[in-house]
Amino acid sequence: MSTLNTSITTDTAQRETTTQDAVSMAKEKPAEAAIEYGKTVGTPFADDAKFCLRDVEVFYGDTQAIKGISLDIARNEVIAFIGPSGCGKSTFLRCLNRMNDSIDICRVKGRLELDGQDLYDPKRDVVELRARVGMVFQKPNPFPKSIYDNVAYGPRIHGLANRKSELDDIVEDSLRKAGLWNEVKDRLDAPATGMSGGQQQRLCIARTIAVSPEVVLMDEPCSALDPIATAKVEELIAELSQSYTIIIVTHSMQQAARVSHRTAYFHLGHLVEVNDTDKVFTAPEHELTESYITGRFG
Amino acid sequence: MPTQQDDVYGDHISNQFNEELAELKTEFLKMGGLVEQQLMDAVQALIENDSQLAEDVRARDKAVDRMEVAIDEEATRVIARRQPTARDLRLVVSVIKMVNDLERVGDESKKIAKFAIGLSEEGQAPRGYVETRHIGNHVASMLHDALDAFARLDSEQALRVMKEDKRVDEEYQAATRTLLTFMMEDTRNISRCMSVMWVLRALERVGDHACNIAENVIFMVKGEDIRHTSMERAEEVVKR
Repeated sequence: MSTLNTSITTDTAQRETTTQDAVSMAKEKPAEAAIEYGKTVGTPFADDAKFCLRDVEVFYGDTQAIKGISLDIARNEVIAFIGPSGCGKSTFLRCLNRMNDSIDICRVKGRLELDGQDLYDPKRDVVELRARVGMVFQKPNPFPKSIYDNVAYGPRIHGLANRKSELDDIVEDSLRKAGLWNEVKDRLDAPATGMSGGQQQRLCIARTIAVSPEVVLMDEPCSALDPIATAKVEELIAELSQSYTIIIVTHSMQQAARVSHRTAYFHLGHLVEVNDTDKVFTAPEHELTESYITGRFG
Repeated sequence: MPTQQDDVYGDHISNQFNEELAELKTEFLKMGGLVEQQLMDAVQALIENDSQLAEDVRARDKAVDRMEVAIDEEATRVIARRQPTARDLRLVVSVIKMVNDLERVGDESKKIAKFAIGLSEEGQAPRGYVETRHIGNHVASMLHDALDAFARLDSEQALRVMKEDKRVDEEYQAATRTLLTFMMEDTRNISRCMSVMWVLRALERVGDHACNIAENVIFMVKGEDIRHTSMERAEEVVKR
């Protein structure tokens, strides 16, 4: 009984602390016990899968970062990966074009297939894979070259254009798709680094789609952008989804709600829930998803 | 110490958000309490020929209207500032809808009060007051239980309220038949009986509004909209 009383006192004391304190005491992340290994609620599987991923595990040395995730990603869908920092969503994303290969201590296990073919086949050409599965990063990273050369770089090294006019067409087409053509058509020779952050990010998207990828991975593509530039990139995602499969990692839940068809919630390396985005944001199935998207921890 | 139920909307990282949702809930329940009182007073004024009480009910309807607007504004602010999701979103959206039901119950009470004044002036022997009192008590307890289900997030209680509505409808039909008999007996009863019929009709509508509130509570708790489905479907959802 005395223990109970003490806990009540503590609880009341906590309730009386200032808001600032309350924020710094942010709730403990719920225990991993609430999740069954390898179990995902909702609809993780799709009929027309571009990626078929089964029992994926990723280790950094002895630490397991991804814990038995199985997921299908459908053709031309936009799927958002959300979850608190360190939940494994970026690690998982980077498995999809083998960006983790460059990390020595990183090991990927499980079955990962792109169009039914093993992603981690030792005979697979990783450069060709990354042309098919392009990536846009958090911070815009244009090459210190002209706007034109930034977009033309990929098609050149992959030999996609035989003549200058063909290359011109690819550059224009990519910039148009990225919604940037009208803003830069008169200064294609200007250095890309002189553009605004939002323009640079759209340039990076143009550079990615210039090599005609099938999938675009986006790792928090808007976190360094202002709301207007963010809106333009989101608009672009909607348009690109007509022809590409898009997988986006985002810390902005509103962004996930706005742009994606399905939302996947990651927690401590587990894939807790995958459902239609509308469902996730109105009536999620898993308690942890609910807690995260309603701002109860994270 | 807060119970698990209290904490459902009170455990966000942002205490400010907790307070805003708690405020919304409290204001809604306050409005619910006021509307309940309006309903009971209106019925009492009618049955006891108390035109002063009826006047009070009519005057207090303004306060109900003001609360409706204030709660709607607060709900809109929460959406604009917090972009609530999942159960928080369902709470805010449900409150916006249920506040409308409460306001309509207030209107029905005002209507009953108006008839109470008219009937007390005529001052004849009451006809159909037994039925009125009975249905009045019935829908008042439905409203009370619906608000209680909201306060405790009790979907099973909400389901019970929904089931009661069918019984109210039956009682309403029976009372209508009784009044028709009175009118056929003596045509001088018609005007009076018509007034009582309107009162019964208002009470029957209150039952519908209580039912709407109950449906919203089930939506809030279970995340599924069971309006315009069958009672069986509602039962399935609540059992989940």
